[in-house]
Amino acid sequence: MTINTNKEGEKLTIIPEGRIDTVTAPEFSKAIDDNIEGVKELVIDFEKLEYISSAGLRILLTTQKTMSKLGTMKIIHVSDVIMDVFNITGFVDILTIE
Amino acid sequence: MEITVPATIENVEKVTGFVNTELDKLGCPSKAKAEIDIAIDELFSNIANYAYNPEIGKATVKFEVQNNPQAVVITFMDNGKPFDPLLREDPNIKLAAEDRDIGGLGIFMVKKTMDSVEYEYKDSHNILKIKKHL
Repeated sequence: MTINTNKEGEKLTIIPEGRIDTVTAPEFSKAIDDNIEGVKELVIDFEKLEYISSAGLRILLTTQKTMSKLGTMKIIHVSDVIMDVFNITGFVDILTIE
Repeated sequence: MEITVPATIENVEKVTGFVNTELDKLGCPSKAKAEIDIAIDELFSNIANYAYNPEIGKATVKFEVQNNPQAVVITFMDNGKPFDPLLREDPNIKLAAEDRDIGGLGIFMVKKTMDSVEYEYKDSHNILKIKKHL
């Protein structure tokens, strides 16, 4: 997978491309951890994401808990496939999806 | 059609590639394909993490097609410790983020997205079979 990150002041945008699965989840986690310092607005752009498995959901949950204390987090450009994953798992209720 | 590989996390991608090649031949819709790929990630990583740990054993993934109605059946086999992932209690998906525990979410997704999921322990093998209508 490829992960693009864009940090402008207190705003961080992360754009993962490909799949977030058991193999790639550590890379996704690292991209967030390496850039999260001082961030108050986190945007995760799923436009180029094919799918996410539970390994990736674990990271979204951990990150959401962190950002609830530090500022805001939203997920944008969510495809039907990934929206279904969020619906099935109830993540639709704990994430901010636009 | 089947593939046998060492049951390691890295081989999730090899198994996914094997199955996707077959799904593409069938013209599988992208949503079903993504759901199947997620199921492979959840189930094969389970085998990699639990079946033989700390040793590394082998796992076989078999791909079959059924007709009328068209469905694919994917069978995961390993001869590691007996482990039925279906016995795991479903997670509470209504809890707030602070109270959430991620455990069990993977197998829960598989149960919700596949048309059937069956486990059996036979001849010293864990056999987990998923079926998805295309």
